[in-house]
Amino acid sequence: MGKRVGIEVSLAVAEAVKLCDVDVVSAYPITPQTHIVEELSHYVANGDLDAAFIPVESEHSAMSAAVGSSATGARTYTATSAQGLALMHEIMFIAPSMRLPIVMTIANRSLSGPISIWNDHSDIMAERDTGWIQIFCENGQESFDLTICAFRIAEDKRVLLPVGVNMDGFILTHMIEPIEFMDKAEVKAFLPDYKPQLTLNPKKPVSMGPVGVPEVYMEAKKQYEQALWDSKDVVKEVLAAWGKHTGRKYAMVECNGKKKAKTVFVTMGSLGETAMTAVDNLIAAKQDVGQVRLRLWRPFPKEEMKKALKDAAKVVVIDRALSPGGVCGPVATEIKSLFYGDKNAPKIYNIVAGLGGRDVSVKDFEEMYALAKGGKIKDDYVIWGVKSNA
Amino acid sequence: MAERTQLIHHYLRHNKKFPHVYCAGCGHGIALGSLIRSVHALGWSKDEVVMVAGIGCSGRMAVYVDFNTVHAVHGRALTIATGIKLSNPNLKVIVVMGDGDALSIGGNHFIHAARRNIGLSVLVLNNNIYGMTGGQCSSTTPLGATTTTTPFGQMEKSFDLVELAAAAGANYVARASAFHAQGMDKLMQATFTHRGFSLLEVVSPCHTQYGRKNKFKTVVDMYRWLKESATPLEQYRKLSAEKAKGRIPLGVFVDRDEPSLEERYADLRADQTAQAGRR
Repeated sequence: MGKRVGIEVSLAVAEAVKLCDVDVVSAYPITPQTHIVEELSHYVANGDLDAAFIPVESEHSAMSAAVGSSATGARTYTATSAQGLALMHEIMFIAPSMRLPIVMTIANRSLSGPISIWNDHSDIMAERDTGWIQIFCENGQESFDLTICAFRIAEDKRVLLPVGVNMDGFILTHMIEPIEFMDKAEVKAFLPDYKPQLTLNPKKPVSMGPVGVPEVYMEAKKQYEQALWDSKDVVKEVLAAWGKHTGRKYAMVECNGKKKAKTVFVTMGSLGETAMTAVDNLIAAKQDVGQVRLRLWRPFPKEEMKKALKDAAKVVVIDRALSPGGVCGPVATEIKSLFYGDKNAPKIYNIVAGLGGRDVSVKDFEEMYALAKGGKIKDDYVIWGVKSNA
Repeated sequence: MAERTQLIHHYLRHNKKFPHVYCAGCGHGIALGSLIRSVHALGWSKDEVVMVAGIGCSGRMAVYVDFNTVHAVHGRALTIATGIKLSNPNLKVIVVMGDGDALSIGGNHFIHAARRNIGLSVLVLNNNIYGMTGGQCSSTTPLGATTTTTPFGQMEKSFDLVELAAAAGANYVARASAFHAQGMDKLMQATFTHRGFSLLEVVSPCHTQYGRKNKFKTVVDMYRWLKESATPLEQYRKLSAEKAKGRIPLGVFVDRDEPSLEERYADLRADQTAQAGRR
């Protein structure tokens, strides 16, 4: 077992990327992601990491350079946030369609405007349908662990898709947490060398990213969507292998609180830990409450989620992004459609909370619980804590 | 002093948006002072001025001044300003950007706005670094300079803003320095009143993120360096290549009088309207 060190989570993620021995890092500075790639640039300059560091001129170029380098068969990493992710949008579709196993950390931050550097999930929700595998971390240790797992998932030849590892900006990136590290040999034993299937190689020339005429376009799309669905088994496998390797067990969907609880929270990202404390408090106050934490956002773990919620009468889904003009928030939309036509479907409430860095406290969750339990939430979704006289 | 206080009260959102974010010794505040003095000297009303700024330390200026302001997206200040100017050419549109904004993420817009020769007054506050995000190298970081992403020195060559704008087709191109505030005032006024795309590069020291990592012990050292290396363009042009090395030429580099895009547009519209009238 590795040493436990108190460290800023961004630096721990950089360490994870270094331990994975990446070949290329391309990046552009944007708060709150910057510390990760800054640290990586130090590793490269010091000779601690034998990689090329490309300080590009924009995020559009960062993702483009990542696509280029991954196409040659190099293990490739980048990281970004908010506006940077939005600027990558065009190229976000290219990486999975070319089946390039890039790994990217997304330090989640709200999109402008108003201009905000603080946390919510609006940045990644705008990239939901780009075809990336999307994982959410709850704390610093997970951010370290899942970064390493992400490379193994992405590069598995049954997958070959890019993976986005989401960690809440500031709340995780800038926090100093105790992280259990690993040495290079331990990581190497878990993460095999990347063996690319098709690369840009003058001896075996291939064409990447050509036109898909109407006769083949849908087949190409279906192919990579199938690969995305199939990746779920690999994610499960890799998380299980990680548990065996390190003793730290993760699942795509995890439950805590009372078993077969009547009222269940669904959370994604760092809010899960706040909710966990609230659930503990409520249980101590003899309430029948539980929690389901969603770690894999894409591909959506349908069966696992349905199983986790099967005994609930009321489900309170917390969304950290707004879908303006939509039926409800993005996570709630999935869960509602999951139960469509199900006679035993629970009552599903949706609360949109913590936008643009607004704090969501234990007390907030307790209040949400009281409202849900009393059946007092009437709207399709509630935007939590908006000051009416602001 | 009283006059200065009046200016501050008139042109700044001083009671709402202060204190500002600029570090002690930052050149951006000096540029802001020059901007206010210049607008005042030109007698413009606050309502006819639009300031569009990007993201970064320089971008904060749009928050501080009491003009019509747009705090835009990183790199896109020029594109937003283009829309504003073409829809209402009577507005005095001042665009404030940093080097990261103007030349890195928004570099493409910079050359195209200059090529179009659209009537924008463009200030680029060049501090050779991404100041706000923690001091990463930008496209104007000098070769060999230390930054948080180039701990052993910048390996890439930097842009010369003035040459780039000149080659791209700007009507007016000048460079000022934060040490030479009075000279900056003159160049700023000329930039604001010149027809077509007018660029003023302001060499603006960032001691916090750049100076400290590059052997400038104090802010004063940075201004001393600026004082000593700045050279009027006329003198600079007479120097041998060897003597010119490391010097920063200040002054007016390009002064053309070609019609601006909005003028060409107005002419075209007048022509077409006249032709339609004859038909």
